[in-house]
Amino acid sequence: MNMIKRKFFEWLPASLMFLGLLVLWQLAVSGLGLREYILPSPAAVAHALFSSEINWTGHIIVTGTAILGAFLIAAIGGIALGTLTAWSTVMGRALMPFLVFVNTLPKVAVAPLFLLWFGYGIFPNMLIGALIGFFPVVINTAVGLTQIDEDMLDLGRVFNAPKWKVFAKIRIPNAYPYILSALKVTATAAVVGAIVGEFVASQSGLGYVIITSQSSLNTPLAFGALVWISILGLALYGAVAVLSRVLAPWAEGQEN
Amino acid sequence: MKNIIELDQVGMVYETGSGPVEALRDINLAVGEGEFISLVGPSGCGKSTLLRVVAGLRPMTSGTVVVGGVPVTKPIPKVGMVFQAAVLLKWRSILDNVLLPAELAGLNPRDYRTRAHELLELVGLSDFSGKRPNELSGGMQQRVALCRALLLDPPLLLMDEPFGALDAMTRDDMNLELLRVWGETGGSEGRKTILFVTHSIPEAVFLSDRVVVMSPRPGRVAEVLDINLPRPRSVETRASAEFGKYSLDIYDLLTGRQSGESGSALQGLG
Ligand SMILES: Nc1ncnc2c1ncn2[C@@H]1O[C@H](COP(=O)(O)OP(=O)(O)OP(=O)(O)O)[C@@H](O)[C@H]1O
Ligand SMILES: [Mg+2]
Repeated sequence: MNMIKRKFFEWLPASLMFLGLLVLWQLAVSGLGLREYILPSPAAVAHALFSSEINWTGHIIVTGTAILGAFLIAAIGGIALGTLTAWSTVMGRALMPFLVFVNTLPKVAVAPLFLLWFGYGIFPNMLIGALIGFFPVVINTAVGLTQIDEDMLDLGRVFNAPKWKVFAKIRIPNAYPYILSALKVTATAAVVGAIVGEFVASQSGLGYVIITSQSSLNTPLAFGALVWISILGLALYGAVAVLSRVLAPWAEGQEN
Repeated sequence: MKNIIELDQVGMVYETGSGPVEALRDINLAVGEGEFISLVGPSGCGKSTLLRVVAGLRPMTSGTVVVGGVPVTKPIPKVGMVFQAAVLLKWRSILDNVLLPAELAGLNPRDYRTRAHELLELVGLSDFSGKRPNELSGGMQQRVALCRALLLDPPLLLMDEPFGALDAMTRDDMNLELLRVWGETGGSEGRKTILFVTHSIPEAVFLSDRVVVMSPRPGRVAEVLDINLPRPRSVETRASAEFGKYSLDIYDLLTGRQSGESGSALQGLG
């Protein structure tokens, strides 16, 4: 009971703020008499969200798959690359400059190339999202594996533990909070990447809905797609947050 | 008595950003098998460094260290180490922290669960085995680190101020337990060898066969005192006149004071 009460008061300011903005928005639209294709009212957006003129479920599945795929590729690839650079100095010296170079590329500009190479569909969109999101994971994994109390490494030495065991039992758990905070950034990047891919070329997905709604001046539909995109993004971000609470409960409050 | 540790002209210089720091100079010391030796000396005189060098965790920059007849060039096997900081893995429960040595050494931790529980019981922490390190006080964490060092029952123990964060009463209890673990009552045969760093003069006198007094940096051996107090030692030991005499001697050595009649000699160095 007390807990529920506390949560209620914790969320109250944000909820009030959100409601207030919605009300202001509605008032502004009706008060200033804005045309719907310039700025639709919240009511019009809500209407579009549940209208049957468009197959929302299908588009949500397409974009959701792209986002999830982008996130997983970035996470797994990033952790693998980060571990590789931390495992051996030579590997780190060989890989890091290349990775930094890839990261400085304007990834959005690479999107058309990916579509050219891999054809239209979900896969190239995943890759674009992964490309945008993988770098923080590499860096944070490498940092988490190497920024470690010298005494802890001595612990491994005292017991003559093999290198892989020191990684498995000491370095990798030490890196969890770092990796998990990078994954929160990656969750957002995956959403951006998937939508950018759909902007460039696609036949379905929420990005596609936004592009097509523009040509028909159906702005409420674009807003509806935006709402779904942010719901997908929030869901992924929330999942990462929950994961970090389960995997690294000791790091509560220490991560950002 | 066979020597298990032999230090010959050991020197240690740390290279730091602001130039070299000489931590140890010309250390000569032989530790017999089954001996309990304490190191005392002012802060920064190189006691922790000396333990690390003996353990093979840091290479000395001059001289030789021989442990168990083998020159030390890499971490030595079969040693229990208590670091000055508890160094517990914060993502593991207390029990799993105590079991860590078994896992790292490639043994089956299941076989050591009973022993881990016994050790935690010994230091009065059996109720905390499921907790995480950050839920324990500094003194409790030190005791967990002690259990971890004892898990595999090593014949050699290197202990860096293991009881520094404990209140006086718990500390006295732990001292007695440590002597029991060492094998005080079992005769000199089969005893462990312990190299013990402390800032407390009474603790050093109470526990040791010999106390090594070190000089300020660069750390050198200023004096080695034999502590000829009868064993097994007990609460009465602390009340004896010899105990006070030894404590005073060490105090004088550390402060460079001529032996006097001051009653404050029994205080620790802090
Ligand atoms: N890793 C290191 N790098 C550089 N200098 C070091 C390092 N470790 C210790 N030193 C220096 O070596 C000297 C001895 O340090 P050490 O930790 O061995 O002292 P100590 O006797 O254990 O002190 P305390 O009683 O305060 O624990 C100090 O001057 C310290 O600054
Ligand atoms: Mg020290």
